[in-house]
This record gives sequence, C-alpha cells and structure tokens, in this order.
Amino acid sequence: MSERALFIDYARCIGCQACVQACEECDTHRGQPMIHLETIRRRDSVQTAPQVCMHCEDPICAQVCPADAIKKGPDGVVHSALTHRCIGCSNCVLACPFGVPKYFAAIDQMMKCDLCYDRTSIGKKPMCATVCPSQALTFMTPEELERTRRGTAVNEWVFGEERVRTKVSVVVPHEVKEVHVNLVQLGKRREKAEPDDVAALLEEG
Amino acid sequence: MANGEGAGIKGRIQRWREDFPIRWLDDHYIARREFAKALTIGSALLVGVNAVIAAVGRWVRRPGQMEAEVPVGKASEIPTGGSVLFRYPTDEDPCILVRTQSGDLRAYSQVCTHLSCAIVHQSEKDSFLCPCHRGHFSVNDGRPTGGPPVRRLPRIWIEQRGDELWAVGKDS
Ligand code: SF4
Ligand code: SF4
Ligand code: FES
Repeated sequence: MSERALFIDYARCIGCQACVQACEECDTHRGQPMIHLETIRRRDSVQTAPQVCMHCEDPICAQVCPADAIKKGPDGVVHSALTHRCIGCSNCVLACPFGVPKYFAAIDQMMKCDLCYDRTSIGKKPMCATVCPSQALTFMTPEELERTRRGTAVNEWVFGEERVRTKVSVVVPHEVKEVHVNLVQLGKRREKAEPDDVAALLEEG
Repeated sequence: MANGEGAGIKGRIQRWREDFPIRWLDDHYIARREFAKALTIGSALLVGVNAVIAAVGRWVRRPGQMEAEVPVGKASEIPTGGSVLFRYPTDEDPCILVRTQSGDLRAYSQVCTHLSCAIVHQSEKDSFLCPCHRGHFSVNDGRPTGGPPVRRLPRIWIEQRGDELWAVGKDS
C-alpha cells in the first residue's frame, strides 16, 4: 500500500474552524494557528477553504530565503524556518504562491505549517486532518481517496507562467488536470471592483 | 542537482546554491553535532593513549639493557648508610651505590634529573640531595621527593656474586 498523504477537498469545507483550533494546540507553536481558513467571495457565499502548506517540490519560500532558513527534508516536507537563521525579512511570506508563511513581529520570525512533522513523521495524521468533521482535510492513501471520493487528486498548479508541483493534493472534478490560478495585476485599479476584492468593495461603498 | 533545483528562474545554475542547498540530503557539510562528537571522541582517545603510554613508562619497567658488567666493590665493605661511587655503563656516567637504613643495596645514576648536578647521599635521612637547587630523591626508588626535579633517577641494577657486587644493567 502506498504512503498516506494530505488531501484538501475545498468543496467539503464547512468553515467550522476546527482545523484552526487543532493547529493551535501544537506545542511547537501553541496558540498560533499555522492554517489559514480563507473566505471565498465573501459577498455572495459562505464558502470557506482551508490552506495549509502545500510542500512544493521546488519550494519558492526556500528559494527566496536570504538566510538559508527553510529546508526540505528527504520525505518532501518543507520545514518551518530554522529559528537561529530566520532574520524575519518576510521574503517567503511575499513569495509563497499559496500565502502560507506567517510573519510574527513579536518574535521577529516566520512560522509556517510543517505538516505536523512531529506527528506525521511517526505515522500519525496531522492535527487538521484528525479533527476535520467533513474530512475536507484528509490524510489517507491515494487508493483510499479514489475509492471514497468523487473527484481526482491534482497537485499541478499554474500561476501565470510559473508551474508548481506540490506534495499536498487538492480534490477537483475529474476533467481538471491542473489548477490554473488567475493572477491579479498589482497597481492597476479596476473599473469595477471584483466581487471577491473586499478592500475595493469597501472603498466603493 | 536534484530536479534542477537551484536552477534560477531563468534556468541559470546558481553555484552558491550548492553551498546553501534547500534539501537536507544535498547538504554535505558536517553538522555541529557531528563535529562536537568527533572532537569529544578524538580527545578521549588522546587521553586514553596518553594514559597507556604513561602506564607503560611507570609500571612496565623495561629490564635493564645488558650492556657492560662492571665490578662495583664488596658488599661486606658497605655499612648501613654507607655509599660507593662508581661509573656505569661508561666512564662518563657517574653512579652511586648506597646501603639504605633497612639494609638494602640500591644504585642510581648520580646525575640529577633536573639540571644534571651530582647528587649526594644523606644517610641519616635515607635520601639523596642535589645541592644545586635543593632537589631531593628517595633512596628506595629514586623518585623525586622535593625540589625542582620531576623525573626519577635512573636505577642501576646490581648483582651480588659471592661478596662481589656487579653493575649489570641500567633503566633509562
Ligand atoms: S506552499 Fe508556500 S510555504 Fe509551502 S512549500 Fe510552497 S512556497 Fe513554501
Ligand atoms: S522571514 Fe525568515 S524564513 Fe522567511 S525568507 Fe525571511 S529569513 Fe527566510
Ligand atoms: S640540578 Fe639538581 S635540583 Fe637543580
């Protein structure tokens, strides 16, 4: 049987915040959740989506780190910043295409999801997948996923001209082979605010 | 490099990336822990080997080299507390033979192990005195008992044949 992996099924997310609470429980970053629970088109929908680190094959966060603080283990897990190296420059925070790393000003350090390395390295599920009531976050083998889910798991992403492969997969409809993410042009003001651009919507009044 | 990692956005290989790899497995530097371990084991070995060398020098006495055999005198002519000077193994090496208070015969090189002055016998104290810097040695084993010398006097081995005493060997 193949190894268990983390899958995200955004459509199943019910916005209960259980994963966020569970993430906070971890001793390595107690009280600070590393998971992001995003709202999607807040004006039209209550849909939410959990975002954990996708553990990129070629981690952009580590590529941009000037302090050599982010390391990738042989098992493909991209680790949180090495505390004695991280200089808190936030390069990784800006560079990650999934917006995963968080900068904590109080300790001048970046912290990010490391797939609950203390748990997954000894064969336990990560916290978020353990508590998720609808199993939007799930830790299982690809075979199990295929048997129990309708969509397929995909780990290829296209951001403009950048192609990213990740260790964590998302569940999408069968016809989707890779996820294309539209980029927003910074510095250009749209004529009319996009429905999910909350800041612009507020400005419009 | 694995998966073309380290290839820049434009596909240019960044040489510095080899020194600062993102993957643990590409990192060939010795970790601090391994370095500390090597240091610890290394110095432990050093201590151990030194101890062995010291032990060999101290307890495993080499038998005196059988160089020349030189007559020293007659045993009956040396009273308790008395001493005889002789040269062994060559004429350039002054030695001293004493009868200790307990009646044993002991012979040593007469050259002080500090700065090579000649030692004198102090029979009432059962010891040797080096007058140059007031070094003291025990007559029983030649070990320094006071003053600047730190090494023992080389022992001369004496054999008694009838009443004749012969110097037959020397410890280094
Ligand atoms: S998802 Fe972001 S934080 Fe995680 S490995 Fe990729 S670039 Fe780094
Ligand atoms: S915040 Fe820390 S981990 Fe992130 S890029 Fe800067 S030094 Fe590296
Ligand atoms: S030479 Fe004998 S004590 Fe200095």
